[in-house]
Amino acid sequence: MTTVDLATSLRTSRDAGRKLLVPYITGGYPGWQDAIRACAANGADAVEIGIPFSDPVMDGPVIQQASQAALESGTTPQSVLEEVPSLDVDIPLAVMTYYNLVHHDGPVRFANRLAEAGVTGAILPDLPLEESAEWAEAADEAKVATIMLAAPTAPDDRLPRIVERARGFVYSVGLLGVTGERDSLAETATALAGRLKAVTDTPVLVGVGVSNAEQAAAAVRVADGVIQGASMVRRLMESGPDEVGRYVAEVRAAIDAV
Amino acid sequence: MTIAEERDSSMMSEPDPSGRFGEFGGRFVPETLVPACQELEAGFREAWADPEWREELNTALRDYAGRPSGLSECHRLGEQLGLRLLLKREDLNHTGSHKINNVLGQAFLAKRMGKTRLVAETGAGQHGVASATAAALLGMECKVYMGAVDVERQALNVFRMRLLGAEVEAVHSGSRTLKDAVNEAMRDWVATVGDTHYCLGSVMGPHPYPWMVRQFHRVIGDEAREQARALLGDDPDVVTACVGGGSNAIGIFSGFVDTRSRLVGVEPRGGAAVSRAIPGVVHGMRSYLMQDEYGQVEEAHSISAGLDYPGIGPEHSYLSSIGRAEYPTVTDEEVVDAFQLLSKTEGIIPALEPAHALAWVVREAHTMQGQTVLLNLSGRGDKDVGQMMDVLKDRL
Repeated sequence: MTTVDLATSLRTSRDAGRKLLVPYITGGYPGWQDAIRACAANGADAVEIGIPFSDPVMDGPVIQQASQAALESGTTPQSVLEEVPSLDVDIPLAVMTYYNLVHHDGPVRFANRLAEAGVTGAILPDLPLEESAEWAEAADEAKVATIMLAAPTAPDDRLPRIVERARGFVYSVGLLGVTGERDSLAETATALAGRLKAVTDTPVLVGVGVSNAEQAAAAVRVADGVIQGASMVRRLMESGPDEVGRYVAEVRAAIDAV
Repeated sequence: MTIAEERDSSMMSEPDPSGRFGEFGGRFVPETLVPACQELEAGFREAWADPEWREELNTALRDYAGRPSGLSECHRLGEQLGLRLLLKREDLNHTGSHKINNVLGQAFLAKRMGKTRLVAETGAGQHGVASATAAALLGMECKVYMGAVDVERQALNVFRMRLLGAEVEAVHSGSRTLKDAVNEAMRDWVATVGDTHYCLGSVMGPHPYPWMVRQFHRVIGDEAREQARALLGDDPDVVTACVGGGSNAIGIFSGFVDTRSRLVGVEPRGGAAVSRAIPGVVHGMRSYLMQDEYGQVEEAHSISAGLDYPGIGPEHSYLSSIGRAEYPTVTDEEVVDAFQLLSKTEGIIPALEPAHALAWVVREAHTMQGQTVLLNLSGRGDKDVGQMMDVLKDRL
């Protein structure tokens, strides 16, 4: 097992002029480990592993369905984290989950579990800035980067406070809505990324509603990178890990050409 | 009697600036919704302090909803149980339950804040019907999310909502009941927050909802306290109500929290958040929550769709943690018996939800001999008659 630090790795790549690609894969869904390996082999800069939760309020139908299937097959936070060291990939790994799973374990214990598994970043979409202190301090201590989300609804005076607390990268929410594929990239996606870039040097990645290679390329004209979730998970569910790898390569090529 | 007369109450005052009652509450929502919750809090504070707006709301509560609701003494059933039983008749409100108090408050507030659309979750359908009603009254668009299981068992209310002009969407995710309807309503709100108000139906969710919804329902307790004093010359020994999220209970408790009255919130056995006393975070709040050993939220199971909820409002968790209120449970069988008992002895068919509180009174009556018990009859049983026809078909 090699642990690659998310914050260091993404900043180094960004500073070298590379656009960042972070796929999301639902942990526990059949084939998830091979899907992550396929992401790593085809140009992903990090992978966000979903730890499925019973009530995923920021997720649309595709990720809800994958989460529910994973839970029904017996997936637990522990069963996902136990698999992480054996993934044996050379890119950093983050988890995305909901706060109750952290709260239930206790922030310190959960942060330590992540660190022990080799996870160096965490995204908790139902833990906004005002509620984040206890978790964020525990995560800092365990050297797990707390990736903060910023949304298009945030007034200007809120963004500096969010980016100040963000570690690793800032998750720029692409639109008003939950995860899922859309026909076009929302105007809010590049608008918010631009507002964030103006107030921080931390990498800014656009996620939620970045649905294909073309939209990813449009997003990285402003942002430092993209997160793609539903489009990855749908391919995993429909066709399996190889198709995820092929798609990652396609998006990689598109954003490298920008 | 003045409606919604303000009283100071040290125990049920405002939550702290983070929206907490003790260690419960807070605002655990996606970042997208934080500004909306902040705006709602500011909007509510402003409206609540505006005498003109309060008068507008009070007029609607009186002339449209039918407040104040009466207080009925159950002479026959009281004699049978060996105690004095008083019912606060929220079942007689327009739309058939206490839900209208909160919904009129939120709908008038949403309109004042320039919103044109309401989204709501519903379990039994009473909050959905009330929301659809308020939307019709104020000319707003309304969409109601309802678990697919509940759509089936509460077909009458589904039809009512559609008749009132609301769109009803069946939710097929998770346990397909109230908790999943809340998830779906929140997902809708995340996408539509500019023109939409989330008309949350209980004293739960992110700050300011638990506090705001309590303020809209405290009219129940304020009226009941005056009515009980006029009738008894004293406060009742026991004040009881059913608890899902806990809105009707908090409404009546708020009138008695600073009295000597014992406060009893009754949960269904299969949806007992307080009994296990494990705090969790879901639907925007930290409160007691039914969850498995990993923190996955468990499904509640109850004969009553309105109480099929694995959590509870944060202020109830607080009242339980400081020992001011108690939260026993009753079984579906006890509820079915109580449902029949009130019908036959008093000529009042209760909703299955308040039948939980009555079931507790019946079971524990031997410990309360000679006492006065005030029960919040939060809704009427019309909506449950179809379901109960199946349950009772061989028993009547």
